[in-house]
Formats: sequence, C-alpha cells, structure tokens
Amino acid sequence: MPKRTDIKSILIIGAGPIIIGQACEFDYSGTQAVKALKAEGYRIILVNSNPATIMTDPDLADATYVEPITPEIVARIIEKERPDAVLPTMGGQTALNTALALAKDGTLEKYNVQLIGADAEAIDKAEDRLKFRDAMDKIGLESPKSRIAHTVEEALAALEFVGLPSIIRPSFTMGGTGGGIAYNREEFIHIVTGGLDASPTTEVLVEESVLGWKEYEMEVVRDKADNAIIVCSIENIDPMGVHTGDSITIAPALTLTDKEYQIMRNASIAVLREIGVETGGSNVQYAVNPKDGRLVVIEMNPRVSRSSALASKATGFPIAKVAALLAVGYTLDEVMNDITGATPASFEPTIDYIVTKIPRFAFEKFKGAQNLLGTAMKSVGEVMAIGRNWQESVQKALRGLETGLTGFDEVEHLAGATIEEIEAALSRPTPDRLLVAADALRAGMSVDRIHQIAKFDPWFLRQMQELVQEEAKVKANGLPTSAADFRHLKSLGFSDARLAKLAGTSEAEVSRARRALNVRPVFKRIDTCAGEFAAKTPYMYSSYEAPSFGEPDCESQPTAARKIVILGGGPNRIGQGIEFDYCCCHACFALDDAGYETIMVNCNPETVSTDYDTSDRLYFEPLTAEDVLEILHTEMQNGELVGVIVQLGGQTPLKLAQALQDAGIPILGTSPDSIDLAEDRERFAALITELGLKQPDNGIARSAEEAVRVAETIGYPVLMRPSYVLGGRAMEIVDTLAQLETYIREAVVVSGSSPVLIDRYLRDAIEVDVDAVADGETVFVAGVLQHIEEAGVHSGDSACSLPPYSLPAEIIAEIERQTDVLARALKVKGLMNVQFAVKDGDVYLIEVNPRASRTVPFTAKATGIPVAKIAARVMAGEKLASFDLSPRNVGNHIAVKEAVFPFARFPGVDPVLGPEMKSTGEVMGIDADFATAFAKSQLAASTVLPQTGRVFISVKDSDKPQIIDAARDLVSLGFELVATSGTELVLKAAGIPVTAVNKVAEGRPHIVDRIKDGEIALIFNTTEGLQSLKDSQSIRASALYGRVPYYTTAPASRAAVAAIAALRRHRLEVRPLQSYLQQP
Amino acid sequence: MAAAPAPAQPKGATGVLVLADGSVIWGHGFGAEGVAVGEVCFNTAMTGYQEVMSDPSYAGQIITFTFPHIGNVGANNEDIESANPHALGCVVREPVTAAANFRSQRRFDDWMKAWGRIGISGVDTRALTKRIREGGAPNGVIAHNKAGQFDIKKLLSQAKAWPGLEGMDLASVISATQNYSWDDGLWTLAGGYASHSGNPNGPHVVAIDYGMKRNILRNLVAAGARVTVVPATATFDEIMSLKPAGIFLSNGPGDPAATGVHAVPTIQKILNVGLPLFGICLGHQLLGLAVGAKTLKMTQGHRGANHPVKRLSDGRVEITSMNHGFAVDTETLPATARPTHISLFDGTLAGLELTDRPAFSVQYHPEASPGPQDSQYLFEKFVGSLASTRSL
Repeated sequence: MPKRTDIKSILIIGAGPIIIGQACEFDYSGTQAVKALKAEGYRIILVNSNPATIMTDPDLADATYVEPITPEIVARIIEKERPDAVLPTMGGQTALNTALALAKDGTLEKYNVQLIGADAEAIDKAEDRLKFRDAMDKIGLESPKSRIAHTVEEALAALEFVGLPSIIRPSFTMGGTGGGIAYNREEFIHIVTGGLDASPTTEVLVEESVLGWKEYEMEVVRDKADNAIIVCSIENIDPMGVHTGDSITIAPALTLTDKEYQIMRNASIAVLREIGVETGGSNVQYAVNPKDGRLVVIEMNPRVSRSSALASKATGFPIAKVAALLAVGYTLDEVMNDITGATPASFEPTIDYIVTKIPRFAFEKFKGAQNLLGTAMKSVGEVMAIGRNWQESVQKALRGLETGLTGFDEVEHLAGATIEEIEAALSRPTPDRLLVAADALRAGMSVDRIHQIAKFDPWFLRQMQELVQEEAKVKANGLPTSAADFRHLKSLGFSDARLAKLAGTSEAEVSRARRALNVRPVFKRIDTCAGEFAAKTPYMYSSYEAPSFGEPDCESQPTAARKIVILGGGPNRIGQGIEFDYCCCHACFALDDAGYETIMVNCNPETVSTDYDTSDRLYFEPLTAEDVLEILHTEMQNGELVGVIVQLGGQTPLKLAQALQDAGIPILGTSPDSIDLAEDRERFAALITELGLKQPDNGIARSAEEAVRVAETIGYPVLMRPSYVLGGRAMEIVDTLAQLETYIREAVVVSGSSPVLIDRYLRDAIEVDVDAVADGETVFVAGVLQHIEEAGVHSGDSACSLPPYSLPAEIIAEIERQTDVLARALKVKGLMNVQFAVKDGDVYLIEVNPRASRTVPFTAKATGIPVAKIAARVMAGEKLASFDLSPRNVGNHIAVKEAVFPFARFPGVDPVLGPEMKSTGEVMGIDADFATAFAKSQLAASTVLPQTGRVFISVKDSDKPQIIDAARDLVSLGFELVATSGTELVLKAAGIPVTAVNKVAEGRPHIVDRIKDGEIALIFNTTEGLQSLKDSQSIRASALYGRVPYYTTAPASRAAVAAIAALRRHRLEVRPLQSYLQQP
Repeated sequence: MAAAPAPAQPKGATGVLVLADGSVIWGHGFGAEGVAVGEVCFNTAMTGYQEVMSDPSYAGQIITFTFPHIGNVGANNEDIESANPHALGCVVREPVTAAANFRSQRRFDDWMKAWGRIGISGVDTRALTKRIREGGAPNGVIAHNKAGQFDIKKLLSQAKAWPGLEGMDLASVISATQNYSWDDGLWTLAGGYASHSGNPNGPHVVAIDYGMKRNILRNLVAAGARVTVVPATATFDEIMSLKPAGIFLSNGPGDPAATGVHAVPTIQKILNVGLPLFGICLGHQLLGLAVGAKTLKMTQGHRGANHPVKRLSDGRVEITSMNHGFAVDTETLPATARPTHISLFDGTLAGLELTDRPAFSVQYHPEASPGPQDSQYLFEKFVGSLASTRSL
C-alpha cells in the first residue's frame, strides 16, 4: 500500500525535557520520524520544548514550535497550523498523554485532525491498567493477579486478594513514577498514597508480586496490513522487581528454547492486535517463572520507547523511522532495510553478537537518597556494548559506563567482607549488584547460592565464574606470553586496564605487551542479518574475535578519504547529556558538508549520534583510550586522518586527549595544553593576572589544614570544589569552619594530586554564561546568557535568558571584551564557554572552558546561529570570516532556559539548588518579552503558575528588600499572602497585607500543614545558612509532593511574579522558531 | 579466513573443518569424535539449534550457526524433529556451556555425542558465513579428535572426493522404511505434546516421508487429520490402497532432481486422480518437478527463522522458517501452476498452486519448529479442504 495522500501535514509531538525515564532516545526517534516523513513530502510541524534536541533544529521540520507540551498549547498550535494528522508515538509518555487529552477534550475532532500511529482507543487500552488486563484476559494471556484501586481503602481490599509483597503501579505515569513494592501493610499504604497522587487519573494497580521471576521484552512492529515482526528480544539480567530501565539487559534473549520464544512472539503480536496498535512499534514486557516457564504479561507501550531505541541500535533496524513510515500508510515490505540496501524491512533482524546495556545512576548527586532499585526508574543514562560473546559484551559495557570500572572490578566497600556481608549485599537490589555477584564468586560462593539470593540466571553467573577464574590466573601468573592465550583473554572482554590491575603492572605495559604479540581487535559489522547479506552501512563494533586458531576477519575496510573522528560523550549523566551529543551530531553534519568523511565513536544507545546515518562511519564502542586508539589504528591504515575532535562530547573525550596526543594522534581545535591551562587553577590564575582580568579571591589546598588557612585568608563564605569536574560534582558553598571540616571529611579526598579549589563566594552576584567561537585569531561571541538564579547555583541548574534581561549594555560590552581577550590568550580554535559573575558593577571571571558547553544548543536555538557547526568547521581549519555571522538575529525576542529536576524520584532528598548540578534536562521558553518567555519556560518544565490563591513567602534577610515589590504585585493581582514572622514584619512595614503563619518549629498548624491541606498555591522560600536550610526542608518536600510551585531564590521569585502578571495580561501565543529567526 | 595452504596444526586443536578448496579451519572439538563429510551451510536462527540439528532436511550437511552462543538452553527430549539428529555436525563460535533452562535434560554437547554428531567451537563463524555468502556452500570435512590427531591430507581428499549434494538422492536413504500412523498434536507449555490427540474420524492424510519433520505431522493432526506416514519409495498403488483423502509431500534433504527421478512419477499419478495435495520444501520442489518445472541449486541457500515471504493473493507478509539450498525456477513453471508466495529477500519462488488440480506447496516451513508460526494456517487450509472419511 502506498503512502497516504489524504494527509498533507503532520504534527509530531516531542517528549520535552530530559527527565528520568524519558531521555534523549526520544530525540533519536523524533529526529528519525521528522526526517523520514519530510522526505516523503509531508509538511512537518513539530512541538518540543527541549532546545537541546536535534529534532528542534530549525532546518529539520517545516515549522518547529519550541513551546510547552501541554494540551492547551498544543491545541493552539493545531488551531494555527491545522495539521491533517498528529503522530503521538515518537515523544514518549508526554506525547501520548498530550494526544490522549486532545482527543478526549474534542480538540482533534474540532479541527478534524487524525491520530496516526496509535489512536486514542489503543492508547487508552494500553495505558489504562484495568482495560489492559481485560484485553489480555480476552486473548488468553495471563497477567499477574491484580486489582485497580482509586482510594487507599480500595487498595487495602485489593491487597487481601493479591497478598504481600505487592506491587503498586500508578496509571498513566512514565518510568514507574510513584510506584513501588510493598513488603508490609504500612509500606503498602505509604506507596499507594504516593501512587494515587502521582497518577493523573488517581488510579493505581495493586498487583501480585512476581519478584525474582525472569523478565523479557519484545520489540514489535506492525503495519496496517497486519504484518507484524519482532525486531528484537531483550532479556533482563536483573530479575523482576527492578524497573527495566534500571536493569542490566541483553539482546537477544539467551535463556529461552525456541518453543518458549515462539510463545512469547505469538503473544506479543496478539497483544498489538488486541490493543489495536494499527501501525508502528511497541514494546511488550513479560515475567517468566524460571521454574516452569509460566509467562505473564506485565505491560506494553504502544509507542517507541527506550527499549526500542536500544533494539534499534542493537540490531541496526531503525524502529522509529520505520514506524513513522508505517504511520502514513506504507507496509513493511514497501520500506527498505537501509543497512543491506537490498532487502525489505519486513523481516526479523537476526544478530551474531551479544548486546549488553547497563544503566548509569546518579545517586551520589542526591544526598540522602537510598541507592536501592525498585519499580520506579532512577537511572539517568545507559551504556550499550557489543561483543561476540556475552563476556566480551558485558565487560565492554562495564568500562563504557565511565564510573571508574575497568571490568568486573572488586567492589570497594566489600573489601575483606565476610560471606554473610556479601550475602546481605547480594540481597539488596543496588546498581552494583552484578559486581557484588562477581565478588561473591571470588569469595568462593557457589553459583546456585548466588542465584538463590539475587535471582540472576545461573547461565550469566557461570560465565562470570569463568571470568573470575581467568582473573585469578592472571593474578597468579601475570600476563599471557603467547598470542593465542592473550587473544583468548581479550576475547573474554578484559580491558588492558583491568589486566594491568590484575597483573600488577601499568595499562601502558599491558598494551605494549599485547601489541608486541600483535593481538588487536577486529571490527565486525552490525548488519541486521548475521552476515546473510552484505552490509553497505559501516556500523561497527570491535571484537577480539577469537578463532581458537588462525586469524580473525576484520570488516572495517577503512576508506581512502580525508577523515575526521568525533568522540562522543558516552552514557548520559547529570552534567553531561544530550547537549553534548547535539554538538557531536552537528560536527558530523558540518564536516560532512565540508567534504570530510566523518567517523563517530560513542556507546550511548539513546542518542542521535549513534544513529547509523548521522556519520559516515559509526563505531559503537566504549570511550576508553584503549578502545579509541584501536579504532584510530585501524582507520589510519587507509586514507588520511585529519584529526580527532575531543571538545564536543563533554568531559569524556577530553579525558582521552592526553592519551591520544601521546600516541601522536592529531587533535583538532584548541590544543589540549590550552584546555589544561584553563582547567589548572594555578596556571589559569597567572594568565588572568597577566590579562588584567578580575577573579574572585581564590586559593588551592592540598591538605585539610591548608584548606582552612586558605578559607580564612579569603574569608567566608567560600566555594569549595575539587579540580577537574563537570556538572559541579562535590561543589559546595561553605559558610563556617565547621562546615568546611565536614566537607573535607565527607565530600572529597584532598591530597597532593587531588587538590581542592577554594573561591570567595560572591553572594547575590548575577551570573553570566557566554558561548563563543574562535578561530585562533578572531572571536565571535554567539550568546551572552544572564542567569536568573544568583551565582552559587550551578550554571546547569540555573534558569537563564538570552539576551540578558537586566544587564546594562556597558556590562555586556565588557563581558564580550573579556571573552575576546580570553579566547585569544588561550588560542581557542572552536568553542569556548566563559562564566562571569557581575557584582556591584564589577565583572568577575569565574571559569573558562575552551570546549563545548551545555548551553551551546540553547544559544543556537535562541539566535539561529549554528554555533556547533561553525565551531566544527573552524576546528578543521576554516576561518570565522568565511561564515555569515552578522547581523545577529537577537532583538525582537527573548529566550529563557529553565532546568528540570528529578527530585520527585528521590524521596528524602532536599530539593534545593546549590553549586552541585542536579538537573537532568532543560526547556526553552521563547517570546517577545522576558516575563512571557519565563512563563513559557515554567510551564514547559511542568511548573504551573497559579492565577489565584495564597502565596507563602519566607525569605532570608538579604532578600527581604528584593521581595517587597514582588509581594505588592501579587497582592494587586489578587493573591493573598502568608509569611513567616520575619518576612511578615517587613511586608507589613511596606504596607502590604499579609497574614502570619507558623514556621515548622513554631508549633502547629504550621506552614507544612497548610501546604499539605492544599491551602498554598505558590511558595517563595529562600534560606541562609545550614540551620535555616534544614528547617525549611519539609516545606520544599511537601511542596514537591503536593506539586505546589516553589522558588528558592529571590530573582526567580520575582521572575515568577512577572510571569504571572504576563499570563494575566494575555494568553500564551505560539510561534514557530523559524519565524523568530527570519532576518528582519 | 585465508584460503591459504594449510598451516601447521596449532597446539591444542581438537577439531578441524577442512574445505574442498584446501582451507583448514581449526577449533576445539565437542560432541562425538570422528569424521564426517558433507556440505557446509549456515543457519541464522537465534533459537532452536536442537530442532535444526534433528531436522532431516539437514542430512548430508554441516551447519555453521551464525549465533555465537549455541547450547545455552541445553538439550531435551521434546525439541527434536526426528528420532535422531540428521545434520552431520555443527560449527559454532563459542564453547558449549552448561544449560540454563528448566526444560533442559542434558548438555547440548552430551546430546551431540550421544547421537554421534561432531561439533567444533572457536571458529570465526561470521567469516565462514561471509565465505559461504560470497562463494556458495562448500563441501567439507568436519573432524573431532581429542588427541588432536588429524591427517589433513586425507581429510582434504575426502572433502574433494565428496560429490556434493547436487545429484544426491538423500531422501530415499533417510525415509521411513515402513508405514506408520501418527497421532501426536502440537506442543504446549503446560502439557507438552498432545499425545494421541488425532481425530480418528478426520480426513485421512497420507504423508510421504522424504525426511519429514515431526512438527509437520503434529500440525496435520492439530488441523484435524488422521495421518499415515509412508516411505519415500511407496508406490502409487500402495498409497491409494490407504484410501487417502489427501496427500502430503514432506520436506527432506538432497537434490530434488535426484529424488524426483522416482518420486515424480508417483506424484504425477496422484495429481492425475485429482487427490488434494500439499507439499513443503522438498515436497514443494517435487510438486514443481512433477508439473514440469525445473529446480536449481542456490548459491548460499536460505536457512534461518527470519525469512519474509509475500503472499501474493493479498500482499501479506509471513515471517517464515526456511531451510533450502535448491529452489523451483519460477521461469520454468507451466501455465497450470501459479506462484502464490515469493521470497522478499531475493524474489525466489516460495509457494505455488496448480490451477487445474487441488494442489499447492510452499518452499518454506509453515510447521516452524524452530521459527515463527505465522504460516500454520496452511495446515488448516489443506486439512479443511479434505472430505472427512467417516468410519462406518
């Protein structure tokens, strides 16, 4: 069936900001969908509030709305654009829920818009727990015993039926938010209460526990002719009970006989048919009792998902692209398989390697959070690795995580542990439990015993046992001396770094010995067909393919081209996410335009950069020196390696710069020495002095005593941080000697090689971020971004506006001048990000990073200047003069970036901002004035500003003068104010009507009671000092769980009031990004 | 994989694959010790190695499994497609491991050994697959010797001397030697195979065994047929004396043209009396030959569980299990035969039906096992078309 001609324009809904459970896999899927459908000639309208995405690049869709993804706003876009159809299956749960709301409120009908991909009924049937269970009953598939509940009472009745332990799953939430496992009644009531709250329909499913069962997933694609294929099966190594997003998973499933596999295959297709997913990709999850194979359906997602991104990368089958084409009427046999170029998409990929995915967590960022995994997802990123056997694949994944692991490293906190302690650790579903299992094997525990406790399938444990045995041999005998033995060891996935640890030598020595024996990896292709057909797409992974004897076959076939290698950012983490992948992708696009062959190296399956058509050649490999050097060695056998780009993927590739340089590899752009100069506090301070720029007083300490001395010289408050950090890891503002001592004791290791940096903290200063590009001679300031939160809040967590919303022109000019001076001094070739603080009219330099920054995509979206693309070409040798950089398109609009936080995922953590970065993603609001743009940014970040009600204000003394005007405005807007005594006094004195409310410590009813009772619509709460911070934690926590908007800084509070006023003046209008960026 | 002259035997090698062109691929032997000569093909299925090894169509063949972990779910007494394995041996990437599945009854390598089948592990199977893809399925010798004693020259001459599958009638060799009835149905997780579930009053299907997979019989029973299996050499009169309502032509190994020499006349007679007929794989090729079409040897063949086939009547795609190295040449089909299915991988004929007789056949394996079960409806279509023979 050919494509539909009755529809001409399609609205694609994106997923919004990166949050836990909904990350850049939806940029990958959305980008594929936009490209595929545009190529088919449809007019594509896109809405996504996330500026860091490739899909929102203004030259991709025909009309790109960087607007909040809410039913109201999307309805306005529909009203304006009148699309014929909406594709809701590419933007995760956000898009699905938005589409469903638009169907239910009649918007789609009103404007005669069809849902394609999945209709409202199918979405409802899949997402509504009760309807889903009924559907499964109808097709004879078992579900875990369960009952729906809308109240705690109903839930308790359901508990009688299913028994403890019991699983609580709220309806219509993503990533399992608000769910959990209850082992006792008290816990049950607690989780149900939270779950009912989290569910937009106040509904939870109370379910029989299948904890410890095996978990499998099937990725299914169906077309409108009812053809259905399984793209990939996925087996979770973590048993049921750990969210699949938090589980270590492999593809394909390894522990099913064909008979069981076919049961699952038939069931998966039956599920799609019954739910009514007419076209597109879906994911069906199963639990299987390992004792008898009993299979129950857990859930299905009627859309592309994190798992389908993984399945796409694991097999080479582009699920999102195919799903998009199917949605407009093509059938599977009409879509070609890009990888072979010779066969249709209507087949089931078969692979000849094993894929392992390991999630990456950020518990260390959230003090007070327990690192226990459950049914609510907590990971912030993932790594995928490919090997010719599971051992190679899992060990590659472990080192690709970049958490310091080189393989199955010994778990530090279990050093010298007793068997009882190891058993206790095994019983806790922590992120490192597979490593604990390796330690258990080392301690002599049997595979059966470990299986009994942790429920890992014995097959994997036996494979790990082999690894542990091989490790013991290396420990005892040192490195192998024959090529065959060495190759064997490498084929089990051992990294040189791991072997060095085991053999008690250096990684360099292991690499030297290995290469001396000519033991090097070969590269195999990911071809969707296990070699049955020739692959024309160079999508590759390395393997120490170990034919027991003889030479392995390498399929890399490096070309004779002039090539540039771009190193990606690895697994997403807080502080290094989609923004860096965006930069890497843009480098690929730009260098391709400039005629180079682009070669991407990355190991993050969620990204656009690991799509096979982003670069000319793709290596899906861990970003370690060993792995990257082997790729370069291979690529240099033919053609000309112009150089490697290490500045776009965040800290990950930068850390490899030294190793590359030592190996004589040309590095493009700013020299690693300049990067080091900027990172090295002492060298940098000297440069600043030389340039006559101003820095906050600072010092460096290599011991605890020295830290105290330095802090006292500078004077409190001081900002403490370890050197070489990204995302503000372990940064803290310290006000007193006692706090300083705690910091030194708990947060960092201070030593000669790991010093601590101490800066005077500029209280209430305005922070400014600058993104610039330089070619070594000229400098182009692409964007000056004024932070809304004051200095001290991590720049990644701060809202900011471009252009600055309140900085005087002469300050901006001074900032631009200093940027120019710095870029020249550092001989920057490429991107540079500078952070300044402005206090009392003085400009202080905070830090310089001569590399891509988190704000590059935002700057590019706000100004329309493709900063990253220009930077990539400059790095390859072009001059800035060859690009059209003026006039800048800023002036008639203002863009506000707001950060998005995962606090709701980490109960017990204080949701307060500070120098340590905690946000997972960002949104952009864009409009004609600051207040409206800020309002949009808040809405896009799911902060719904109230229009009426009661505002609670409690601010620190230094903020009190600043808050008076805002309070007055609120009153004139009709809000009622309540305040704690200090603030109340100040407001009353200013003639503003306000009522007092008790602080928590002042007796009940206090402010938290009133928040919990739903009496408070908005909260402004700023604190000074540790005590007041502690006292107010329960306010923030109850606001978070009660979904009451709250602001913890005075400038943000003022911006919120301005936004409320703007919302009162006019409704939010929508405009495509392209319209802002047209030349006047 | 260099086709260089055989290098000296490496230390520790206990298995070897010697190809007729002189290439020697060393590995570690498992399963039975010994030597076997046949055609080296590859199979891309990721599950169902035990079914593959016991599929009689693999007689005379050495299977390269493209999936690296083979043996991971062990072996059991249910997942077999004939009484004993027919493939001569297999070549795999990874050593066979202990089993991880509740259905397993023994290790896969022990099962291989018990049935006298030879395996080698530690081979760059992807390179071997590429070689087969590019140069066609070679003849070769697989050998396993725990002491590592191999006479490569002798093995090479054996490989060279082997005449190849073309022209080889293997079906007659492995076929049942006498008639038997079959009444087991399909497998379920809860109940295993539905034993004695045949319908004694169902239409009587006589299935000619050219190397029958058991799941075909199970599917016929599940579709409601009463089934009698007869040897490949059964004559037309012997078949007719069973009063069949329909005839089934099974899958099987070897060259259809060779088997066709004696099978085709029988099939032509059956067609002439107008008995409904259904053929699978070799049975499909024999039906083609019986109506005057030609078969040809394919370069690499189709062996896997992911092969898409287009049903021409309505354009639907079936994902099928395939295992064939020969195909009916569409160009040579007579006017009375029309294609019903084609392979979406290479356009080769995947199914045909006669326009003047109630006969149809498919090149692929609707009985699956291993592989997708999208096409099981064909058994219902066939059995449903037959008149029931009422018991008097």
